[in-house]
Amino acid sequence: MITKGAFLILSLKHVLMQVNFSFEGNGTFLCISYYSQYKAQIQPRYSEYHNHAVLIDMEEGVVNEILQGPLRDVFDSKQLITDISGSGNNWAVGHKVFGSLYQEQILEKLRKSAEHCDCLQCFFIIHSMGGGTGSGLGTFLLKLLEDEFPEVYRFVTSVYPSGEDDVITSPYNSILAMKELNEHADCVLPIDNQSLFDIISKIDLMVNSGKLGTTIKPKSLVTSSAGAVKKRHQKPFDAMNNIVANLLLNLTSSARFEGSLNMDLNEISMNLVPFPQLHYLVSSLTPLYTLADVNIPTRRLDQMFSDAFSKDHQLIRADPKHSLYLACALMVRGNVQVSDLRRNIERLKPSLQFVSWNQEGWKTSLCSVPPVGHSHSLLALANNTCVKPTFMELKERFMRLYKKKAHLHHYLQIEGMEESSFMEAVSSLSGLIEEYNQLDATKSMPVEDFPRLSIAV
Amino acid sequence: MSIVTVQLGQCGNQIGFEVFDALYTDSHCPQGLCSKRENEAYQASCKERFFSEEENGVPVARAVLVDMEPKVTNQTLSKAAQSGRWKYGQHSCFCQKQGSGNNWAYGYSVHGPRHEESIMNLIQKEVEKCDSLSGFFIIMSMAGGTGSGLGAFVTQNLQDQYSNSLKMNQIIWPYGTGEVIVQNYNSILTLSHLYRSSDALLVHENDALHKICAKLMNIKQISFSDINQVLAHQLGSVFQPTYSVEGSCHYRRNPLGDLMENLVPHPEFKMLGIRNIPQMSENSLAYSTFTWAGLLKHLRQMLISNSKMEEGIDWQVRPPLSGLPTLGKASLNRGLHFNMSIANLVILRGKDVHSADLGGFKDSALYTSWLEPINAFNVWKTQRAFSKYEKSAALVSNSQFLLKPLDTIVGKAWNMFASKAYIHQYTKFGIEEEDFLDSFTLLEQVVASYCNV
Repeated sequence: MITKGAFLILSLKHVLMQVNFSFEGNGTFLCISYYSQYKAQIQPRYSEYHNHAVLIDMEEGVVNEILQGPLRDVFDSKQLITDISGSGNNWAVGHKVFGSLYQEQILEKLRKSAEHCDCLQCFFIIHSMGGGTGSGLGTFLLKLLEDEFPEVYRFVTSVYPSGEDDVITSPYNSILAMKELNEHADCVLPIDNQSLFDIISKIDLMVNSGKLGTTIKPKSLVTSSAGAVKKRHQKPFDAMNNIVANLLLNLTSSARFEGSLNMDLNEISMNLVPFPQLHYLVSSLTPLYTLADVNIPTRRLDQMFSDAFSKDHQLIRADPKHSLYLACALMVRGNVQVSDLRRNIERLKPSLQFVSWNQEGWKTSLCSVPPVGHSHSLLALANNTCVKPTFMELKERFMRLYKKKAHLHHYLQIEGMEESSFMEAVSSLSGLIEEYNQLDATKSMPVEDFPRLSIAV
Repeated sequence: MSIVTVQLGQCGNQIGFEVFDALYTDSHCPQGLCSKRENEAYQASCKERFFSEEENGVPVARAVLVDMEPKVTNQTLSKAAQSGRWKYGQHSCFCQKQGSGNNWAYGYSVHGPRHEESIMNLIQKEVEKCDSLSGFFIIMSMAGGTGSGLGAFVTQNLQDQYSNSLKMNQIIWPYGTGEVIVQNYNSILTLSHLYRSSDALLVHENDALHKICAKLMNIKQISFSDINQVLAHQLGSVFQPTYSVEGSCHYRRNPLGDLMENLVPHPEFKMLGIRNIPQMSENSLAYSTFTWAGLLKHLRQMLISNSKMEEGIDWQVRPPLSGLPTLGKASLNRGLHFNMSIANLVILRGKDVHSADLGGFKDSALYTSWLEPINAFNVWKTQRAFSKYEKSAALVSNSQFLLKPLDTIVGKAWNMFASKAYIHQYTKFGIEEEDFLDSFTLLEQVVASYCNV
């Protein structure tokens, strides 16, 4: 199965150098350490933009393509770690075999990269769960980062396998990876390809419907890269990957650009992770596109807020509106002021259910600089029990395979892998599902205040 | 005497800029409605309090800017410099690369000790520029990480290092519907710590300022800049010079000292609020005239009905008949709650100020029994008009006005604490459950005290 990832780099505040590439490969992933944007401001030339990325793949194809493609100036060979044979869609190979083989090399490259940073704030790991390298080596890397840089936040963007996934062993790989995510990630943003595909289909419909008077502003598609509005998405993965790229851009925008209410990356974990294990955040991006002729600003703005909570805009199959919120972050970009934010929160609040101890569980940020092609945009991150079905489905698919011991030998033949590894992984996931169950059980209970301390007057 | 301002975090720095701008603009306002001599004395007094002189003549704000990430302070410094009218000192800014992550514990326990020396040195430098120091004005929010946590730490340090100087903290109460998820935790930790180390807490609520922008200033799309300007206007109307007892052209020397003396008679009651009248957009101003009688009548009712602005005042609320016992905590949820005062200060600025009748504020029914109105109520005046308002009145009060918001925040924080949510984020940096309990205990005590006033 081909899994693709894409990375958009918005390098400068005023010079809109938007570069996009896509790469194919089994479980290819990028590990990037982020650093402050203002450094780029004093080095205005594109070629001097110093990025801190480490590209790792156990096959050469994808990474080579990157080095020959339009981003060849962005990355150089010193940032790569590759092997030849790939991980064969086997988590154990990625995690145990390649893990120990490349541990030193990876560490060395990371340390070098970290030295260049004035202040290393967090690591972004982007990978898929269903394959071998991204899933196995990716989660090995997580543990490595935790040990080596314990104070640096680890944000993971994980692509979960969809229903029609044709990698047979993807449930095994995903569950084994989940245990690692549970234990070593600070924040996980789960994504699935089906949702991304549904989004781009929606956009295609809009673009091609030829409705009278509706012209989409160029560059405004959440899926667009270099600007041209494609007639129909030939290579859907490009567009899908762009959505993920935009997610990361919006996530970091308030840390990179000025605004009246800034939000740093360390604030995401602080506000959205009430208990260490419950760190899975469902994300949604709006608007998906901007119509060129519409002249009703306030209504359009409010529509953007409403859309962020609709199940069609989530990057994973989930319906947050009908589940329980533990916390919600609204990260707004562009010409939006605090009154717009307050008005929409008050408007939408009654239709959302928040856990009893966090009835006003909103984290907000305002960044003045909108994304390219838009006048404003919104990224919503929800810590919501609506992730539960994804995990339950994953567990079911795993059990179906595991009961028949199908393909198990591929894993067990790797040194360090035993049946107990699988059992522990399932147990970890079951524990997580149970936490969500307990929270859901509180949904319809009346909110009662805890008795306060009484003071002798 | 001079006041040194410490601006902390995004909120503190954004507000600080607006405050200095408002003070400067007002002091150079041509429509002072007073004699030239008086105007010059006013300007000089304002200057002494808030600005120092630099070689090329541009006044430099007596301020120290502190933030744990650079974007906001850079912006603030350049905005001031660009105005060409006043600026911040070149070396008055301390910032780091990484913020406090909305984590009070991080601001207090990590950033505080780590940068203590640098920050206190900066403050020391600013203090040395003053001929005579009235005290410190610390601007911070409660909801975030730097303003709240580092602000609490710095205030404590100021208490240790400058035990003879006064400290007033300007704190921002966050929106009730939530701006930061852990705002209630950060708030109770801040309030409890400041209650021990600060001399007075001047509180501004975002919700109240927002309403003023919407209803009185008629702003459609309200930005934080708008909110901060309303705040700055209110602060200016309090901190700008007023006559001392000796009469006109002799302005009060020690604003902070006088404020404390008039408003904080007992250390258990430290929370102050400001109300200002009139407040309106410039367009409306041109068509309005006011009488002192009208303004003061409204201001008095705003006080006793706990209204934050001159629109929507509840005229039904009346002072209780003397002799009846106070209602206690049960009355918190009852409708017509009368706002009992501990002490009030009215500041009048503008035309015919001497003719204003303040009898309504001297009614003993407004005040607690343990202070005579003659001690509980004070008035400051100046003929010099403030910021284009022909007449303006400000009320600084120490009353029950914050009782309900405080009780609400403590309640919400307590509910969250009972479920242990987010606690691991604080214990990670050395703030333990016990510290939370200490804070709750102290604040319940404050709530009870204000309730039984």
